[in-house]
Amino acid sequence: MRARALRQSARHAPCQSARHAHCQSARHAPWRSARHALALMALVLPALALAAGDAASGSEPPWWVWPLGLFVASFAMGIVAVPAGIGGGTLFVPIVGSFFPFHLDFVRGAGLLVALASALSAGPMLLRSGLGSLRLALPLALLASASSIVGAILGLAMPVALVQMLLGGLVLGIVVLMFVSKKSEYPQVDAPDRLAQALALHGVFVDGASGRTVQWQVHRTAAGLVLFLGIGVLAGMSGIGAGWANVPVLNLLLGAPLKLAAGTSGLVLSLVDSSAAWVYINKGAVLPMVAVPSVIGMMLGARIGARLLQVLPARVVRRLVIAVLLFAGARALLKGMGVWP
Amino acid sequence: MPPAPDAVAQPAEQLRYARLLDWGTRIGLLVLLASFAAYVLGLAEAHVAPARLPQLWQHPVGRYLELTDSPSGWGWLALVHRGDIAGLVGIAILAGCSVLALLALVPLYLRRGERAFVVLCIAEVAVVLLAASGLLAGGH
Repeated sequence: MRARALRQSARHAPCQSARHAHCQSARHAPWRSARHALALMALVLPALALAAGDAASGSEPPWWVWPLGLFVASFAMGIVAVPAGIGGGTLFVPIVGSFFPFHLDFVRGAGLLVALASALSAGPMLLRSGLGSLRLALPLALLASASSIVGAILGLAMPVALVQMLLGGLVLGIVVLMFVSKKSEYPQVDAPDRLAQALALHGVFVDGASGRTVQWQVHRTAAGLVLFLGIGVLAGMSGIGAGWANVPVLNLLLGAPLKLAAGTSGLVLSLVDSSAAWVYINKGAVLPMVAVPSVIGMMLGARIGARLLQVLPARVVRRLVIAVLLFAGARALLKGMGVWP
Repeated sequence: MPPAPDAVAQPAEQLRYARLLDWGTRIGLLVLLASFAAYVLGLAEAHVAPARLPQLWQHPVGRYLELTDSPSGWGWLALVHRGDIAGLVGIAILAGCSVLALLALVPLYLRRGERAFVVLCIAEVAVVLLAASGLLAGGH
């Protein structure tokens, strides 16, 4: 009985020695998952290469090649999106819009659903752990979701070349933001402003990494609300979600701790993208054949990405993502300008 | 020993919202997967057959709807028995599940006398419903 208890406790003990078989297994699990992902891609990519060859020679590849390719691409994007600290939609729209044959209307509809499904899946865990604050998210989400409807309507009404150029400019702007933005893990907020006080925008959570109990409050609430109006327009228009903009505003302007900013951004996204997604659904711009493989691929990839986060240097992934975004942003911009059709 | 991440109790409305969002997302994804499997495996009749899509999906949405005689707005409900259109049910559940979760918070906030948050919840529901209503026009 005692031996069994000891075995169980050893199995669940933190990994401190590489000699323990269970420790090695736990340490290698993310890499195993990554190897499985690569093996899957190795099986599928030759088929896509053949399809591309067929398309170049004038004969159409079979229909199933595209959703399969979309699944694999979304899966890969999901893997890198989490360690890079950006939403899947930020990668999805410029890459799929540039390298797949779907019209940008359908790509943006699918991009919003990818961002929505990811935000909804993460939401409950964030709320239960206190890493996302519903009180903080609600006022910001209300303004951002109202303006995201305007953005979605504008995006669907504008000429596609103009949307491509705006998208390219926006993605290149995100790259600049990723380069220059500083992050503050626990910003100093001496006193909440009157609006934050009236809405009781404060709370507490436990930082799982440090074990520290963090009390938080925010300031400059009115300025944050105005910025979220603009963020909503961009999210609805581009279909790339807005986690890249939410987090700096919550963290650097409002003074929310970094982890709370990231968690609350997910909650805001789940509401903002719901509103914008309805505009695309009503316009008929959501094709299940494009949206479903993307959503499933991205969610499965994000699970592996979350594991890789523990073992992969985030700096390496961040550089990789910046390079991919630079390429995709430039491609979208040049495509919109008619330079690189 | 450091406290566990869930050691600090979160507000009741936050936990209720989390529970409802969790269920809404699970149901939405399940419906999405089942309908998509029925569509691509040919188990349900399709409004637009998968094999036709490569000739259609490069068009803007307006032209696509014309070429496929597909409905816009809530017209898809009349064709929900078709495999491809049925996928929109799962998508609608995902895009609409926050509405029920927000409405479930109203009694909690009312009981606590937090009128500002009652207004915020109802206003957010109104925004999502306005977007879902299809009353807001736009497009190419």
